[in-house]
Amino acid sequence: MNCTDFLKQLTDYFDGRVEPSLMKEVQTHLAECHHCEVVLDTTRQTISIYREHEIYEFPPELEHRLHDAIMAKCRGAR
Amino acid sequence: MPAIQSPETAEIHPDVALVDRAKKGDTAAFEQLVRQYERQIFRVAQHITQNREDAEDITQDAFLKAYEKLEQFQGNSKFSTWLVRIAVNESLMRLRRRKTSKTVSMDQDVQTEDGAIPRDFAEWRPNPEQIYGQNELGDILRKTIQGLPPGFRTVFTLRDVENLSTEETAEALGLSVPAVKSRLLRARLQLRERLSRYFKQKDSSKQNSFAQINGGARP
Repeated sequence: MNCTDFLKQLTDYFDGRVEPSLMKEVQTHLAECHHCEVVLDTTRQTISIYREHEIYEFPPELEHRLHDAIMAKCRGAR
Repeated sequence: MPAIQSPETAEIHPDVALVDRAKKGDTAAFEQLVRQYERQIFRVAQHITQNREDAEDITQDAFLKAYEKLEQFQGNSKFSTWLVRIAVNESLMRLRRRKTSKTVSMDQDVQTEDGAIPRDFAEWRPNPEQIYGQNELGDILRKTIQGLPPGFRTVFTLRDVENLSTEETAEALGLSVPAVKSRLLRARLQLRERLSRYFKQKDSSKQNSFAQINGGARP
């Protein structure tokens, strides 16, 4: 398995869905290729940073205003 | 296209009863659904449009549309996925209307192999998010995701920020599962590449200039 083949498996790897027949090759490549190991690790961190940080504020006043506006529109549509 | 069922939809989702009640005219039941999903819908719209006013309008319009079309919701997918799909369509439509935006469909931006090949192989510093203060980190994360083409941004938002499954993301975007996976890979790799500028270990810059230094100096 080369780096391009490894990248093709990356999404499935994160999802735990790599075909069992390929898994050994993926692991062997990772053990031998430092670049791919770094790409795997830093991609994993990229995902978790975005998942853990709410990057847009949703303060209570916005929530209330938005909620009231939605319900007013829906009630008006009846 | 056949409906793709993920394992968790086999159980009856609590939203089903709320949707049934709302269909019969129970506004309180619909209001409960609004309460559950308004934050998520706002976040999706803001991620795609990168504009708070647009996101507010889209959230209102998406719920209104869902309310008006509730009869058409057959329950083949989760209510939340159906709602996200409405919000994504509204968001992309809004982007198309903006004069400044030229690339707005889910199909554009993805024809090239750009961004599919990693270039930066530097390791990141431990706990990279702690290098920066909360505000600065927020700026970095916003700026970085803003630089992605809308098609990639949308897939990344649904799959990785909102934690929809690959199948649900495909359903919400009207794309095939392989198409979602391909866009997701490129979105993740592009974000990784851009974040690396901020998070990589200082040693790696030394590594890059190592050859330069050694090339010039004789022991």
